[in-house]
Amino acid sequence: MALPAKLQDVLDLFATFDDPADRTNLLLSYADQFREVPREVATRPFAKEHLVPHCESEAYVWALRQPDGTLKLHFAVENPSGVSARALATILDKTLSGLPPAEIATVTPDIVERIFRQNISMGKGLGLMSMVQAVRSLANAADRKA
Amino acid sequence: MSGMTDIAARGYAKPDVLVSTEWVAEHLTDPSIRLVESNEDTLLYASGHVPGAVHVDWTADLNDPVRRDYITRKGFEALMSRIGATPKTTVIFYGDKNNWWACYAFWVFQLFGHKNARVMDGGRLKWEKEGRPMTREVPAIAPTKYKAPERNDKPVRAFRDQVLKHVKGRGQIVDVRSPEEYAGTRMHMPDYPNEGALRGGHIPGAKSVPWARAINPEDGTFKTASELADLYVKTNKLKKDKATIAYCRIGERSSHTWFALKYLLGFKDVKNYDGSWTEWGNSVGLPIEK
Repeated sequence: MALPAKLQDVLDLFATFDDPADRTNLLLSYADQFREVPREVATRPFAKEHLVPHCESEAYVWALRQPDGTLKLHFAVENPSGVSARALATILDKTLSGLPPAEIATVTPDIVERIFRQNISMGKGLGLMSMVQAVRSLANAADRKA
Repeated sequence: MSGMTDIAARGYAKPDVLVSTEWVAEHLTDPSIRLVESNEDTLLYASGHVPGAVHVDWTADLNDPVRRDYITRKGFEALMSRIGATPKTTVIFYGDKNNWWACYAFWVFQLFGHKNARVMDGGRLKWEKEGRPMTREVPAIAPTKYKAPERNDKPVRAFRDQVLKHVKGRGQIVDVRSPEEYAGTRMHMPDYPNEGALRGGHIPGAKSVPWARAINPEDGTFKTASELADLYVKTNKLKKDKATIAYCRIGERSSHTWFALKYLLGFKDVKNYDGSWTEWGNSVGLPIEK
């Protein structure tokens, strides 16, 4: 199944960047745009059920159903050094928020490798993949409720 | 030297191996030093670093891209050239997570005998907490010529068979992982994914001293020599004059403990077993304690 169009565009963009420095800058620009979950959605201490398992950056994720049936994603990243987690959270929000749950649920964790490539240290990408998996699980749950 | 008094007063065996954030701030433009940042998250350096610091990535720069091993002499020479260091350059490591990765890079540099190396006490955490300058500007470095000796693992690195012999001879071993990993109830660090060990537990006879107990969590600085001695020598009965092997999962956390034991407490012979649990817990027939 095809990936959501906006996400595919981002993946295509990363694919055109061969220079690691360019990819790093692009990732950084996403991290800079990161907006934490608004206070009206969640406040600290965040509920543990929103914590992404296995993510060392202590990332939290929310998927809120909108009146039109689509989902809006929110994230929090508690580790101040979690730059990669903030970059990924921004990409997921920008490309998946506003889509129906069933469409979001088609996204698989392998996109992490396509986005980060050499920017993932040995084995450390698994935490980022867990973020994608968490979004997918929330989307599946929302889809079942619909 | 201002800023060093505190470190000098902590009673370390080799206090010169640490420099303070204050000292670094005063030496940012000193051509005889090279600041090296090493982190877990490879994007962290790009998001802001100490002015003039270069990035050394533990995976891409220090590990062989194919085999499970470290870079060769040639790779190290190329790395040193890239970061503009000569054998005379004082390399100062710092990074995130209480200098865990900084100590790892420091340790790899010792495989090539670059003894002119220090760690910035407190690392990124202390530097940032003190509101010192950070930049995204990557310094333009003129490549140097660096002639390195062949990698010499013997003084600071332990291999599996050596560890097995050490176990049989009831040698001194420190397991620096979390208590849950040591007990075998967890196969990976808390909050980290399982990175592939088939068996849980610890190397027989190993003492459990999680690595981060050596630091003050509020600013990432190392504890004083007497506090470290309380922890390693008094409480855990480790002897300074006995050969010691430290291990964790892949040898990164244990390089932090290796650093504390060797330089701060003056243990005579400390080696880091980088094969660590991902090798031991996967090897057929090796003894495991739970």
